[in-house]
Amino acid sequence: MSVVTVQLGQCGNQVAHELLDVVWSDAQKKPSRAASCERFFHHNTHGELVARAVLIDMEPKVINQSLSRAAKCGRWRYGEDSHFSQKQGSGNNWANGYCVHGPRHRDVVEELVRREVERCDRLAGLLAMMSVAGGTGSGVGAYVTQCLRDIYPTSFILNHLTWPYRTGEVIVQNYNSVLTLAHLYQLSDAILVHENDTAHRICSQLLNIKHISFSDVNKVIAHQLGSVLQPALTADSHGVYSRNPLGIDWQVRPPAGSGRSTSLTGSSFNTSLANLLILRGKDVYSAETGGFEDPALYTSWLSSKEAFSLWKSPVSFNKYEKSATLVSNSQALLSPLDDMVGKAWNMFASRAYIHQYMKYGISEEDFLDSFTSLEQVISSYRQLC
Amino acid sequence: MTQSVVVQVGQCGNQVGCRFWDLALREHAHVNKKGLYDEALSSFFRNVDSRKSAGGACGVGGRIQHLKARAVLVDMEEGVVKEILQGPLREVFDSAQLLTDVSGSGNNWAVGHMTYGSAYREQIVDKLRKAAEHCDCLQCFFLIHSMGGGTGSGLGTSVLSLLEEEFPDVCRIVTSIYPSAEDDVITSPYNSILAMRELTEHADCVLPVENQSLVDIVNKIKIMSHSAKPGSVIKRDSTVISGQGGLSGPEKPFDAMNNIVANLLLNITSSARFEGSLNMDLNEIAMNLVPFPRLHYLVPSLTPLYTLADVSVPTRRLDQMFSDAFSKDHQLIRADPKHSLYLACALMVRGNVQVSDLRRNIERLRPSLPFVSWNQEGWKTSLCSVPPVGHSHSLLALANNTCVKPTFMELRERFTKLYRKKAHLHHYLHVEGMEQSFFSEAIDSLSSLIEEYHQLDATKARLIPDAPRLSIAT
Repeated sequence: MSVVTVQLGQCGNQVAHELLDVVWSDAQKKPSRAASCERFFHHNTHGELVARAVLIDMEPKVINQSLSRAAKCGRWRYGEDSHFSQKQGSGNNWANGYCVHGPRHRDVVEELVRREVERCDRLAGLLAMMSVAGGTGSGVGAYVTQCLRDIYPTSFILNHLTWPYRTGEVIVQNYNSVLTLAHLYQLSDAILVHENDTAHRICSQLLNIKHISFSDVNKVIAHQLGSVLQPALTADSHGVYSRNPLGIDWQVRPPAGSGRSTSLTGSSFNTSLANLLILRGKDVYSAETGGFEDPALYTSWLSSKEAFSLWKSPVSFNKYEKSATLVSNSQALLSPLDDMVGKAWNMFASRAYIHQYMKYGISEEDFLDSFTSLEQVISSYRQLC
Repeated sequence: MTQSVVVQVGQCGNQVGCRFWDLALREHAHVNKKGLYDEALSSFFRNVDSRKSAGGACGVGGRIQHLKARAVLVDMEEGVVKEILQGPLREVFDSAQLLTDVSGSGNNWAVGHMTYGSAYREQIVDKLRKAAEHCDCLQCFFLIHSMGGGTGSGLGTSVLSLLEEEFPDVCRIVTSIYPSAEDDVITSPYNSILAMRELTEHADCVLPVENQSLVDIVNKIKIMSHSAKPGSVIKRDSTVISGQGGLSGPEKPFDAMNNIVANLLLNITSSARFEGSLNMDLNEIAMNLVPFPRLHYLVPSLTPLYTLADVSVPTRRLDQMFSDAFSKDHQLIRADPKHSLYLACALMVRGNVQVSDLRRNIERLRPSLPFVSWNQEGWKTSLCSVPPVGHSHSLLALANNTCVKPTFMELRERFTKLYRKKAHLHHYLHVEGMEQSFFSEAIDSLSSLIEEYHQLDATKARLIPDAPRLSIAT
């Protein structure tokens, strides 16, 4: 089953590129090669491996770099006409992305996605990759997700979001994030989140990289995402590779956290709604995973049997002899989300920068709606016990 | 890729502009080894092949034939522009891009704004339109002028209004050279205040530069180059102080100072022209740094100002660059941001600098910088991989900080000293279209601007509680 990747904005395009690299290199010399290649790539008439991806940005530099880097690597490439860019970016302005660029280029983008979707024998779903801090990934990304939801109402849409460093990359990042999350809430089937801060810490503390670049950060994100999306056996697939990596049975809509481990400190754990553990490599079948089924981890109205899923693959991932990935729908993201909404609200209280958004058609009402929607999410998560 | 058009008005504007074009050419020559007309070049230059028909404009990708600056040069005296046309930059400008007159504005804002503003309106609009038409996607107008004189100040601000009227969607970034207290133009306070009102109302961002700061910086560099430590050498041809390696010949008096301002413009546009891991377009500057429409005065601070021969810079030196950007010595206006209030701050880094260096320095410097309560982490950052000529990396900090308030207050005082005595007022009131109300409205505009900054400053002392959040019925 195939996944069509929609890469939006600078971050979306940079991270997606790393993901495709990870998937490709992991797939080499593996029995599952055909399965994972077919998931993200197809062969063109010249026998080359071409990504099932659509690249979208409102300015050309990043896409151009990506296209040429892929073409030069000689391993896989992007489709000739699978990209769309404009000349002038969105200026870090969500409203510019959502109200101006999105509608203006709707037809072209839909056409590009349609072509990729029609090329798939069986569509597992759509993977939209973007950041929430800027203008294009966030604003155009939210608009495009809306369009995709309209055109493919029964398809699975997974949004992969990169959250910015808490101490600034973009000053209006909290506004852009709040607007994006509130909109995606209504549209997406699942939201997978990576925080730049966390990936950065992994680089410095676990990987011991001295001079960390965005490339390093993106590779960490791609590695984790790849470990989720590569083929694996689910409990009921009986020895056949589960072909649908996105068929995670989320019981509720809210944002899912992803990470090597949740912050398990002392006796208080973040309460989970659902956990997915993916084991790859040696000794998967003898691994003891009982600890993950501890009822204390889960909310009282779900049994751990319902909430916990385990996928296994004896095939190792990305040269790690053994690896485990935990995808968690829990309170782990509550604190960053609350922080983000709090900061945005403080800024909104003084109406700073609002005139920049209103210029393009977003009103104070729209802001208030978004805040309300996210406060409800925060409240729901907070009440889990 | 977007294009920008530079509009240089008056003697100062044109001299600074001249340094800018010289340095821009040198920067691109340094990076563009193959002689191809690429996207980066096209942001400021057209490529013209005179053998081709229809004006000979060449698209991106071909070889460089003739580079023409995307600029409009305006001056009411001929001297400066004539000199440019006789100098090595003459090939870069088309006669159609120039507008000159002979008599000058007599250091009188009203003459520049009213008299010439209306007389030359049609022609100016025409030249701007032509420049805009040559652009695929015009993103920004850079206006360069001085505030103290007549042409740059008066006609310059008239052009600013024109830009807003005719091209409302194009960003307007204005570089304004403010006069020092000892300026030899007696009426410079009048001209400056009259111009300030226009800037407050019609510009998207203003980069105020004080002549005195430039003088201080140049002197500092001279001291450093004379007392250089053994083993260290100031690269003589660094873009900072000299035009060496550029097209111009021996230095003229204001060249060193003008070079600094030209560098400011180069660095602001670097991330839009060249690639990097975190790009920053020009429209992102206004978006991130202007929280309220009128508070758009950004304090620029540039480092390094000199370079030592040792090019492989260990981490400590890199951190020093960040510290320097927040020291008063590197600012282009005299102000004290650390004891005022930051509304927002942008760090535009060029060269071999990674995101970890950026984060480490922000964390290090953050505690000593007072930010407004609703923007405690208000940093906008960009990383451009192409460093400036002669340096391995550089940093431009743009701060929206209430420290501009004392500068404006001082300007207001100088104005009031003259206005109280009605000194020289008749020169202005004699000009057709000029009335006394212009003066009172201009000073009112400045006073209310100062008051807005003052309100924000007042929040600094108080502990502002977080705004109460929306409560959800459970």
